[in-house]
Amino acid sequence: MEFLQPRSLAEAIATKAERPDAVPIAGGTDIMVEINFDARRPEALLDLNRVAELASWQHSDGLVRLGAGVTYARVIAELGGLLPGLAMAARTVGSPQIRNRGTVGGNLGAASPAGDCHPVLLAAGATVEAASARGTRLIPAAEFFTGPKRSVLAPDELITAVLIPAAPGPQQFAKIGTRNAMVIAVCAFALELRPPKGGGAGTGDSGGSPPWAKTVGTGIGSAGPTPLRAIQAEEFLAGALAEAGLWDTADRLPDQIAQRFAELAAAAARPIDDVRGTAAYRRRALSVLARRTLAWAWDTYRTGDGAPECG
Amino acid sequence: MRVTMTVNGEPATADDVWEGESLLFVLRERLALPGSKNACEQGECGSCTVLLDDVPVCACLVAAGQATGREVVTVEGLAAPPGGDRQGLHPVQQAFIDAGAVQCGFCTPGLIVQAYDLLRRTAGVPADPDIREALAGNLCRCTGYEKILDAVRLAAARMSAARISAARMSAARMAGGAA
Repeated sequence: MEFLQPRSLAEAIATKAERPDAVPIAGGTDIMVEINFDARRPEALLDLNRVAELASWQHSDGLVRLGAGVTYARVIAELGGLLPGLAMAARTVGSPQIRNRGTVGGNLGAASPAGDCHPVLLAAGATVEAASARGTRLIPAAEFFTGPKRSVLAPDELITAVLIPAAPGPQQFAKIGTRNAMVIAVCAFALELRPPKGGGAGTGDSGGSPPWAKTVGTGIGSAGPTPLRAIQAEEFLAGALAEAGLWDTADRLPDQIAQRFAELAAAAARPIDDVRGTAAYRRRALSVLARRTLAWAWDTYRTGDGAPECG
Repeated sequence: MRVTMTVNGEPATADDVWEGESLLFVLRERLALPGSKNACEQGECGSCTVLLDDVPVCACLVAAGQATGREVVTVEGLAAPPGGDRQGLHPVQQAFIDAGAVQCGFCTPGLIVQAYDLLRRTAGVPADPDIREALAGNLCRCTGYEKILDAVRLAAARMSAARISAARMSAARMAGGAA
């Protein structure tokens, strides 16, 4: 095995072009487990810890560019205002030791259907930035995953960043597991509400509402071969809120709307029976998570509590 | 390959390190520091917790090469070095003994490093949920955790008392100097 240790992004990209078989390692929380257990013997490891460009984030024009090497601990400490949903998901990852090492880029690279960041990135309409010697491309998170632990990433590509709209409104994330730490999700659900105006860092100050106003984002984790959006649930909820004028009145949410949203969210899942839970349990739990996260997010919308801060 | 780093304040070099080897293996098998324990090798149990550039991590999940040029502190590095100003065990270590938080002892080094990290960031005694959250990645199969929580509270109380007393002494010295 070789240990390749580029010192810059340019060097990392050039190295990956020469050695597409080199397995990137950042926090090591996935790849080192496989190596420790003799499950994998890559020809080379490509250590990304020394690539400073990957370890920073920037915010401009309502978009956060999150470097692939930013750890969960930093997402929690630094991005709770701009990306509350991602910070919530990061808080549920592993343990403090794992969150100090694990990165959002690594979560994407592993492409596990159970990755905790994925539902949030789907709900937020995030974009994955991948770079190779051939150039840089942007991949919508919803098109990134192709199967369990598989993605559209080419062998010579590195994930360099994730572009995430700063929360335009309330975001929520909930995950089912056997305890509050060190669990791989049995299932998870993320929700984003995009109100018509004001409140969000991504809204801008133009007179009209942005095109995404009065829409809803969702993400389902660990209940399908890939992370999934519940598109019918999104469209139903956005439509029902608009029809009842609730985006404007911010009135109490009728139970029937929450109920139907939950049913559609669960229906979008494609779960299987496995060691962590049955398909039937996952579907049932997802409907509960969808209803809960909607109640929490709507409550935030009504009261303005926990509205995202402008960063 | 050769891996050079700083361990517990001293330069350390390990030769013939396999590229897929973990920092934990290097510490235990090549640098004769068996304090950090090897249990799950998958980041679940926290027995191998060390500070890497001052941040607690599972040493089993750090590739040895990733530690090159970095500073590592293990449980062995928390006790006072021989001949220094400070004497004996670190207050967190002493509290684990005094509170009966050590049974088989296997998880203890990881818990001590993790508790040390919590207490140096906390003024006074941390709330129970904060202690539980900080130690959520450290498994103990003997104690049922109650004595471990006792030990962390005891260490916190002693450390904050020591800080107050040091501050008083320093204030008294300054007042004396001014007189």
